Amino acid sequence: MSGPSSYEPGTAIERWLDARLPIIRFSVDLMDFPTPKNLNYWWTFGGILAFCLASQIVTGVILAMHFDPTGAGAFLSIEHIMRDVNYGWLIRYIHADGAFLFFLAVYIHMFRGLYYGSFKAPREVLWLIGCLIYLAMMATAFFGYVLRWGQMSFWGAKVITSLFGAIPFVGPSITTWLLGGFAVDSPTLNRFFSLHYLLPFVIAALVVLHIWALHVPGNSNPVGVNVKGKSDTVPFHPYYTVKDGFAIVLFMILMAVFVFYQPEAMMGADNNIPANPIVTPPHIVPEWYLLPYYAILRAIPNKLMGVMAMGGAIACIFALPWLDRTKVRSMRYRPQARIYFFFFCAACVILGFCGAHEVDDKVINGLAPITFLDADLNSYVWVSRLGALYYFAYFLVILPIVLPMTETPLPVPESISTPVLSHPAAAPAGAPAAPEKKG
Amino acid sequence: MLRKILALAAILGFAVAAPALADTGQPPLKHIAWSFSGPFGGYDQEQLQRGFKVYREVCSQCHSLKLIAFHDLGEPGGPFWDPKYKTANDNAYVKAIAAEFKVPDIDPDTGDPIQRVATTADSMPPPYANEIAAKATLGGSPPDMSMLEKAREGGANYIYSILTGYTTAPAGVTVPAGKYYNPFMLGGIIAMPPPLVAGRVTFDDGKPSTLDQEAQDIAAFLTWASDPHMEQRKQMGLAVMVYLLVFAGLLYASYRRVWRNVAH
Repeated sequence: MSGPSSYEPGTAIERWLDARLPIIRFSVDLMDFPTPKNLNYWWTFGGILAFCLASQIVTGVILAMHFDPTGAGAFLSIEHIMRDVNYGWLIRYIHADGAFLFFLAVYIHMFRGLYYGSFKAPREVLWLIGCLIYLAMMATAFFGYVLRWGQMSFWGAKVITSLFGAIPFVGPSITTWLLGGFAVDSPTLNRFFSLHYLLPFVIAALVVLHIWALHVPGNSNPVGVNVKGKSDTVPFHPYYTVKDGFAIVLFMILMAVFVFYQPEAMMGADNNIPANPIVTPPHIVPEWYLLPYYAILRAIPNKLMGVMAMGGAIACIFALPWLDRTKVRSMRYRPQARIYFFFFCAACVILGFCGAHEVDDKVINGLAPITFLDADLNSYVWVSRLGALYYFAYFLVILPIVLPMTETPLPVPESISTPVLSHPAAAPAGAPAAPEKKG
Repeated sequence: MLRKILALAAILGFAVAAPALADTGQPPLKHIAWSFSGPFGGYDQEQLQRGFKVYREVCSQCHSLKLIAFHDLGEPGGPFWDPKYKTANDNAYVKAIAAEFKVPDIDPDTGDPIQRVATTADSMPPPYANEIAAKATLGGSPPDMSMLEKAREGGANYIYSILTGYTTAPAGVTVPAGKYYNPFMLGGIIAMPPPLVAGRVTFDDGKPSTLDQEAQDIAAFLTWASDPHMEQRKQMGLAVMVYLLVFAGLLYASYRRVWRNVAH
C-alpha cells in the first residue's frame, strides 16, 4: 500500500492477472509489509482482535440459524441451542464468552495506544477509525446482550433506551422509534437482532479502513521514534505472523478456560431468568465493559447532564490526538505522563467497581455517614464523582495543559536500533536476517 | 503476559462478582463437595436418579421442568443413560418413565383436545396448565426448575442451602401468615413451605433418606437439568487445552527460531 512493491509476477498467468486485478501483488505486499522490529507483546492485540471479530462473526452466523428473534421464542430458542443443537453449547459459549474477551482485548489495545502515543501524528485518522470501531462494538454488544431476552437483557434495554429520552424535545420520540413501540417488547428484540447482525459487518469494513490507515504511516513502536530505514524493520511475515500467532493461541487458551470450565462466570445469574416486564430485578447492572460509563452516568443527579457526561467521556477518547500534543510519543520517555497514565488506568477500574454497585452503597461498612452536598462521602456516588473528575481532568487538563508546562521528557533514542537491546542477535551482524529461507 | 491477562480477568471478575458479595445480612451459602465441581468433575449417576425421584415425588407437585424432555433422561451424562441402548429413545427406563405421564394433545381425527400417553420425545408435563392456574391454587407461581441452578447466584449450593435452611425467625422478624423464614432467601421470607423432611422420599438404592441427602440429590439433579452437557464440555475442554498448549509450545519455539538472528 505504501512504498515500492517487491512482487515480480513469475508466470504468464500471474502477469495476466496482475495487469487486471493485482490481488496477488496486494497480498504479497501485505505480508512483506515492513514492520518495526521492536514491537512488544502489547502489539499482538491487533491480531488477537482480528481473531476475535472473525470468531464472533462465524459463531454468530451459526447461532442466527437457530435463533428465534421474538419475545416469545428468543429465550427458548437459546435453550434449544444449548440443549438440542449439536455442539450448540460450544458455539454459544464461544460467542458469549468471546464477546467479553473481545472487549478485554480491545481495552488492552486502546490503553497500549494511550501509553505509547500511537494516536499522535501522523496516525490521527487511524485512531479515529479505531474509536468508531469501539463505538460500533459497544452498540453490537448491547444489542447482543438483549437477544438473550433474560431479565437483565430486558431491563438493560429499558435503561439504555431511556437514556435517549433525556435529550430535550425529541428524546421521547427517539426512544419510541428505537423500541418500535412504547415499551421494550418483541418489536424491540426483532430490530435489535437485525442490527446485531448488521453491525459486525460494519465493524469488519471499519477494520479494513483501520488496517489501511495503519499501512500508510506504518506501525508505531514502543520507543516511539520513526522508522529510519530498512535496518529498523522486518517483514510482517514470518516475523509477526509467528509472534501474533503465538499470542493468539495464548488468547485462545484463556478463551478455552472460560468456554469449557467457567462458561457462565461473566454472565449474571439473573439473565438466566426469562424476561418478565412486571418483575424488576433488584440490581440492574450492565456488562462489565460498560460499567465505567455507567458510573459516570450515575455520578450526576441530573439525567440529561449524566448522559452528556457519558457522551463526553467517549468524546474525549476521540479528541485525544488534539488534546495530547507533546511531540514525544512513548511514555517510556515521559516520566510524569506515565504516573498520570497509571492513575488514569486506576480511575477507570475504580469507576468500573462503582458502576457495579448501587450509588448509595457504602464503600466501607460501619463508618458514620458524613454527608457532603447531597450524599454520604462514604458512598459509591462520591467515589464515582472523584473517579469521573480524574477521568475528565486527565484528558482536558493534565494532557493538554499541565504536562506541557511541567514535564521535561527524557532524551529519546536516535533510532529504533539504538537503545540497549533486550534480545541481541544470535548470529553476528551481517548474517542474513531471513531464517525462513534457511534450513 | 498471560499472567497479566489472567490477573486482569480476575480483577474484572471480582468487579462483577462484587455486588453479590456486598449483600449484607445474609449468611454465606453452605458449600458441598459436589461430584461435578472442578475441571474434571462429572455427575454421579446414582445421585441424579435419586434426585429425579425427589423431583418427581416432591417438587413436581408445584414446579415444572419444561425444558427437559423424557429422552434427555437417557442422553449421555443423564440419570438413566445406558450405553447399551443406541439412542435415548430406545432406553427401556426412559420409555417406561414416559409411559407413566399423560400430555395434552389434539385428536388428529376430531380436533378435540385430548390427553395421551407421553412418548420419549415429549417434554415433562407441567403440574399446572398455566401461570394463572398455578396462582389460583398456590397463591403464587413457582418458578420452572429447568434453569434454576444457573438462574440463582450460588447455583447448587444455593438450592441446597435453601432446602436445608428453614428455621424459626429471629426476634424482630415478622413472618406473614402462610409464609416461612429462610435466611438464605433474599429478604429472609419465602412463600414455599419446607418441601423436604427426613423420610420424605424412599431411595431405591437404599441410601438413608435424610433431609441432607434429599437436598443434595435434588440440587445435583437440577444442576444436570440446567447444564446437561457439562460432562461432554469438560471432556472436550481437556482435549482442547492439551492441543492448544502443545500448539502454543510449537509456536513459541518457531518464534524463537524465526527471530534468533534479529536483534530487537
